[in-house]
Amino acid sequence: MRPTLPRRRLEKVAVNMTPMIDVVFQLMIFFMLTFNIIAPEGDFDVRMPLGKSSKEPLDELQLPPIQVRLASGDDGVLSGISMNGEPVADFLDLRQRVARFFDVAIESGASPGDVELEIDCDYELDYINIIDTITAVSGRIEDGQLIEMIKKISFVPLKQTP
Amino acid sequence: MIRKSNGPAITENDMTPMIDVTFQLITFFMFVLNFSEAEQDERIQLPSSQLAKPAEGVVEAPITMQLMANGGVLYAGEIVPVDDIGGSLQRERDIILAADKDPKRATVIVRADGRANSGDVQRVIQICQELGFQQFALRALYKPD
Repeated sequence: MRPTLPRRRLEKVAVNMTPMIDVVFQLMIFFMLTFNIIAPEGDFDVRMPLGKSSKEPLDELQLPPIQVRLASGDDGVLSGISMNGEPVADFLDLRQRVARFFDVAIESGASPGDVELEIDCDYELDYINIIDTITAVSGRIEDGQLIEMIKKISFVPLKQTP
Repeated sequence: MIRKSNGPAITENDMTPMIDVTFQLITFFMFVLNFSEAEQDERIQLPSSQLAKPAEGVVEAPITMQLMANGGVLYAGEIVPVDDIGGSLQRERDIILAADKDPKRATVIVRADGRANSGDVQRVIQICQELGFQQFALRALYKPD
């Protein structure tokens, strides 16, 4: 016959939750105070060594850079765009013209890195227009796919200071 | 009629739902916590672009130039006129050289307000170029359409 163990009374163990809740609230306060919403930012990578401009003589096989001129009106507002001397309606038009130029250059055997673009803008022009220009010329989205265009972008050296 | 007293009643609050919610909140905050040392300043309103590529990997020796709408450069917590930024950049260059690195490989991140003068941005880039910096990253808010 199996020996019977003495029956123990089941005791309810009360776990003290207070320290854990304290720590949890401390953690929550910490995270809430350090919480800040950071908007996603992106870069346009531009490589610009000193002294590179269209004024320098070009190699025989080198394509002349596309010249984009941005004129400023009052208070830095964009008053006109032109590409290689021809007036351009807006940034969408600029993108289409650059895309045509780029496609012709690629079909002619140039590599994407050979196509350069030079931005010539008035000193007072709002910087947002530079970013809009770079956005228009550096790529286009077709069927949800990004097609990269011009990677070599430079500025015409400053002519005037305020 | 006299009611029979049952003595003081002990009410046990069920803490489980509260602890569940609290842990959910902590998990949320832990996921959204950003440890990156992004130099962002609310005084600068970046222009937005759908093609600005979020930085891939670690940028080597980054130098951030923040241009405000009124023309000053926000550098190391101080507003410096554009033409006086050369001294600060020279110090940055010396630090890079002292660390046995090449300024040509360092990246100057330009965070300029959309209302800043393009000429001021170009001036900052020109000063950087004169000190031997070649790599620039023009920063914009990434807004996919």
